[in-house]
Amino acid sequence: MNQPTFSSRRILRPVRPWFIWLSLLLALLVNLMPLGRAFWLPDWVALVLCFWCVREPLRVGMGAGFVFGLAMDIGYGSLMGQHALAYVLLAYAATSLSRRILWFGPLQQSLHVLPMLFGAHCVMLAVRMVADADFPGPVYFLGPVISTLLWTPVGMLLMLPQYRPEEKDENRPI
Amino acid sequence: MVSPVAGHSPPPFFRRGPAPLARLVVLVSASLTLLVVDHRLHYLELVRQGLSVMTTPLQVLAGMPVKGVRSAGDYFADLAQLQAENTELRREHTELSTMRLRQEQLDRENTRLRALLDMRERAQVESRVAEVVYEVRDPFSRRIVIDKGITHGIEAGSPVVDDVGVIGQVTRVYPLYAEVTLISDKDQALPVQVARTGVRAVMFGAGAGLLELRYLATDVDLREGDRIVTSGLDGVFVAGLPVARVKSVDRDGVGGFVRIVCVPVAGVEAHSTVLVMKPGQPVLPEVDMPTAAGEEKLEAVRK
Repeated sequence: MNQPTFSSRRILRPVRPWFIWLSLLLALLVNLMPLGRAFWLPDWVALVLCFWCVREPLRVGMGAGFVFGLAMDIGYGSLMGQHALAYVLLAYAATSLSRRILWFGPLQQSLHVLPMLFGAHCVMLAVRMVADADFPGPVYFLGPVISTLLWTPVGMLLMLPQYRPEEKDENRPI
Repeated sequence: MVSPVAGHSPPPFFRRGPAPLARLVVLVSASLTLLVVDHRLHYLELVRQGLSVMTTPLQVLAGMPVKGVRSAGDYFADLAQLQAENTELRREHTELSTMRLRQEQLDRENTRLRALLDMRERAQVESRVAEVVYEVRDPFSRRIVIDKGITHGIEAGSPVVDDVGVIGQVTRVYPLYAEVTLISDKDQALPVQVARTGVRAVMFGAGAGLLELRYLATDVDLREGDRIVTSGLDGVFVAGLPVARVKSVDRDGVGGFVRIVCVPVAGVEAHSTVLVMKPGQPVLPEVDMPTAAGEEKLEAVRK
């Protein structure tokens, strides 16, 4: 999988595994920033996890979703397993759709991502509603929409290290 | 070893671990088990404390930029504003010191009188100052995190107050910090009393930073602006701490109960320094040992 999309002719450098884990960790860090009760903020871990599940389904999958979900549960002090469940389902959907999504351009990719992120968000809502929690208001549904808008820029950013040519060679065709 | 892509089973000569659907089933059932065990059985507090050792550094790290921005804002605060604040604090300090002198005398008098009347000594309430570090970002509850934990002697259940009134209760303790559920949380209940009439009731969070008095009959003597204080019936909160002020009384409530909305007096959703009190032991009246039949009846009543 060495192209930005399957229909593209550009060849990318292979991804470095440490970069994947670093980006996920950074996303977790941003999520844990104490910004008060702003529920419309995007869930960065879900977004980055979804991105890597689509891009590198052989490296990142449901296991990563589970582990980072647990980290989120402890960081947020929410019910244990709430984020884990949502991220596992998200990772499953993203890995199984990855072969399809990568045929499309950025806009169509976002349209595929929106229902997945929205679904993960709704899973969390359903879990907490069953557990007798307070409904946080319609603002809560803004998060996945903003995440979807961020799909293209974040994707470009995460692919940046792979765009760099290994060595500059004027005579090389690609 | 790499995992297989969902929906595409590899030929058997590529070894990629269990099939995606099998993984999904295993992980989803693990998550669901965790959820049930945490929500219904509350067995995971120790696991949470242990794992928090790993996430705490991350949280401290994540908090740094926010803290930096905030302290930069403080640094550039107006000199005049600081001076005004200083004068105000000095004035308050003088006022409070005179009050304290008087209170010491009253305390001594009270002890003597209580001894004369042969009443039980009122326990001295120990308390500890803590800083609010941040608000928990879980959208489904209202909690804050304070910078004192098990190592500072904070225990779960401790009442938390600010300089005006009750804020909440410590519900979860970690080695270095503790989580306080605010009284405006939907699940947080507090036994209270109307200061004017002495009517006892239970206060619940009503969302949007408001509180609600539940289970009062429609003919209850209650007006807008009435002060609500803790009743101390639970033995955890000291009696007489200010909690809220009645905002509206809606008497044509459905089901025979009056709907009373209150506004908390303490800065429940905006504060920086709080006081964590030591929880009292619930005072229960002496009862005969319950028989098996009695316990069954008690269970039935609870249901």
